[in-house]
Amino acid sequence: MSLFVDKLKRLLPKELIIADEELLRAYECDALSAYRQLPSYVVMPESVDQVQAIMRLCHQENVPVVARGAGTGLSGGAMPVEDGLLLSLAKFNQIVHLDPDQRIATVQPGVRNISVSEAVEKYGLFYAPDPSSQIACTIGGNVAENSGGVHCLKYGLTVHNILAVKLITVTGELLEIGADSLDSAGYDLLALMTGSEGMLGVIVEVTLKLISKPLNNRVLLAAFDEIEEAGKGVADIIASGIIPAGLEMMDNGVIKAVEDYLHAGYPVNAAAILICEVDGAEEEVDEECRKVKAILEVAGASDVRVARNKEEGDKFWEGRKSAFPAVGRIAADYYCMDGTIPRKHIGSVLNRIDELAKQYKLGVVNVFHAGDGNLHPLILYDVSIEGELERAEELGGKILEVCVEVGGTITGEHGVGIEKINQMCVQFNAEELVQFHAIKNAFDPKGLLNPGKAIPTLNRCAEFGAMHIHRGELPHPDLERF
Amino acid sequence: MPLCIQGGNSKAFYGRKIEAEQFDVSANSGVISYEPTELVITVRAGTTISEINEVLANHDQMLAFEPPCFSTTATAGGMVACGLSGPRRPYVGAVRDFVLGIKCLNGKAEILNFGGQVMKNVAGYDVSRLMTGAMGTLGVLLEVSLKVLPTPDYELTLKGEADDATAINLMNQWAGQSVPLSAASFYDNNIFIRLSGHRNAVIAAASQLQFSEYSDGEHYWQSLRDHEHDFFSDNKKLWRLSVPSTTKPMNLHGQWFIEWGGALRWLKTSEPVEQVRRVVSMAGGHATLFRGGNQNDDVFHPLSAGIGNLHLALKNAFDPKKILNRGRLYKEF
Ligand SMILES: Cc1cc2nc3c(=O)[nH]c(=O)nc-3n(C[C@H](O)[C@H](O)[C@H](O)COP(=O)(O)OP(=O)(O)OC[C@H]3O[C@@H](n4cnc5c(N)ncnc54)[C@H](O)[C@@H]3O)c2cc1C
Repeated sequence: MSLFVDKLKRLLPKELIIADEELLRAYECDALSAYRQLPSYVVMPESVDQVQAIMRLCHQENVPVVARGAGTGLSGGAMPVEDGLLLSLAKFNQIVHLDPDQRIATVQPGVRNISVSEAVEKYGLFYAPDPSSQIACTIGGNVAENSGGVHCLKYGLTVHNILAVKLITVTGELLEIGADSLDSAGYDLLALMTGSEGMLGVIVEVTLKLISKPLNNRVLLAAFDEIEEAGKGVADIIASGIIPAGLEMMDNGVIKAVEDYLHAGYPVNAAAILICEVDGAEEEVDEECRKVKAILEVAGASDVRVARNKEEGDKFWEGRKSAFPAVGRIAADYYCMDGTIPRKHIGSVLNRIDELAKQYKLGVVNVFHAGDGNLHPLILYDVSIEGELERAEELGGKILEVCVEVGGTITGEHGVGIEKINQMCVQFNAEELVQFHAIKNAFDPKGLLNPGKAIPTLNRCAEFGAMHIHRGELPHPDLERF
Repeated sequence: MPLCIQGGNSKAFYGRKIEAEQFDVSANSGVISYEPTELVITVRAGTTISEINEVLANHDQMLAFEPPCFSTTATAGGMVACGLSGPRRPYVGAVRDFVLGIKCLNGKAEILNFGGQVMKNVAGYDVSRLMTGAMGTLGVLLEVSLKVLPTPDYELTLKGEADDATAINLMNQWAGQSVPLSAASFYDNNIFIRLSGHRNAVIAAASQLQFSEYSDGEHYWQSLRDHEHDFFSDNKKLWRLSVPSTTKPMNLHGQWFIEWGGALRWLKTSEPVEQVRRVVSMAGGHATLFRGGNQNDDVFHPLSAGIGNLHLALKNAFDPKKILNRGRLYKEF
């Protein structure tokens, strides 16, 4: 490693290399802080040439590389690997080009999500994917995780809102994937890159699609005495042919936490609330708002409030947006899950989560993207109490297995990272995992990019005991168990 | 033995010609599940697009990307493999944006499932979208799950006159101004646009534009989607040029039909292949010899060396013996 750092110093000014243990501490985990690993070095390149040079060196020396944006990831994706290099894109923080006529923005990967919408607001445009972490998380991280947000129900996820990326391969080659046109020749490599968790290359530039800001919007808040009724309200809105701009649910535990935190005026006795935003032309907003209100009342809402003005609407949302910090105040630690299920199962799955929580003697509260069926159960625990973290993790795993069982997935937007790697063995069989490894191998034969993340080895699955066994036979007994 | 995968055989004209055993997969058909409240339909790959459209229409839902049906036999598998989308594409998304999951057979005859039936899913690489538009070179599609959308309450087509440069400007301007566009095309000095949404909102938006209502709109967009419009009726070589939407009228002689608000341009020209590709590359787009060209030559836009190598490596990852539709997309694989 010391020889390696000498070579690194020839590529980068020394202020761009961090080797001091105290300073390295800041990079040992992402927002899933239960998983930590100190990197050997952190590099903070400032130019594409430097990234290329770093990758060439690491490839030559067989040093693993983990890319990092803002480190707000919730699955340990940006957690360093032992004896590896952490490549921070923090200095790639410039908006390169805005074209309001064509409605695109070309940005460096370290640009914060929210700054794109801020920069194009004057043109009446915005960048739609809006993760709750948008004041901190980066566009590079968003692409690597295929992040979503509260407005993705209507406007799509990251994959629906980008046109092109520039990628540095593991060997240091610069590739342009996608274009300013709506499609490109050959395979849809842009889709493959989106959500690939830093396993296939380092993104050094992204072209984003911008859309025109809706003329009007209005927010409704509905309270329910039964969680199933709230779930039914969600399904009924969608069934009626309305796609709201956002449709979020919070259960009683979160409502209370939020109310204590910022007094948003939420009904603290409700079992659940739904926050629904409709947008569009004035006529459209009026009509949809009226319809949504009626549907929610029929579904059993005890109270439906329509925000009278922007301030009140913002207030409804503010509570939703501060749900995480609010929950942070009621529990020493919490663990955020991310399964997605068919909407019709929302009520029943929430009840099963409740039963599981009792079994594991832990609290669980829920705040989530109901319109997409994307759950975020927050498991409350206290790391200082012996065994609670392990119980929380086990409960989390069980919740994800319930999601798979009802036809859903273990992760809707936070990624697999290191956190859900065992549950990948539940969702995919051996052949599928082998296919994933073959894709990885096409980009990175030496396995140097973010090793050990996102796709489990078959060995790991065998140890976890979740390898799918078909017809009583171990699949491919002849296959290498890597 | 190499195989040529065939669904409804409606797009045999598309892509390169290959010598291989015909593998007819059209019998694997039928809707597996459809739940209007989940906005998801799952079908076997041999199900025809027209059957899907009919099932969805019964519940006031649709395939929002308006897949072209060049013949009534066109199947869901072919639709996903070719990755073509119709007039609504720039405003709601392409077929790849609506593919939620697939079941497929790779070149090693393994049955694999990727993605699923839910709206958000980031577990594993996005193989479903990678297969979309791959022309069957990575796997045989067996089943696909697609997101569907409610049919708009109301649609209105407007027609107006303009030259090409003005039309391109206008179509881009409107898209940036909350006009509820769902299609925009230009041909023969006429702009056609379609507005979709809530009835009163559409009527209000239409009254802002100095265009007249066109009563045969539904037929117009269908004929454009399925290439039944007069422009497509001769047998001349037809280019599909995908370019940035604001690209100025391009310096290539021939007859033009512009759609997707400027982002897709159909061209009939006798200019040499290399010249067309060069001009389109300079504009930042790519050119496909869509119909009537030499199917033994390059049909799709040549790839850069780096991207080409990645394609080869991915082909090898899915189909190491290069059995599936070898050469349909590019000669080498
Ligand atoms: C309070 C809170 C709320 C959140 N809310 C949401 C939400 O609503 N929706 C949502 O989807 N997520 C949410 N997240 C999760 C997180 O913010 C997103 O996953 C985000 O996209 C991560 O961005 P980042 O810049 O922090 O990436 P990081 O955490 O630094 O990295 C994430 C992954 O991307 C890779 N990566 C980063 N940059 C690059 C690059 N340039 N090239 C290649 N790979 C790269 C890393 O290796 C890692 O695997 C939330 C997180 C927190 C803490």
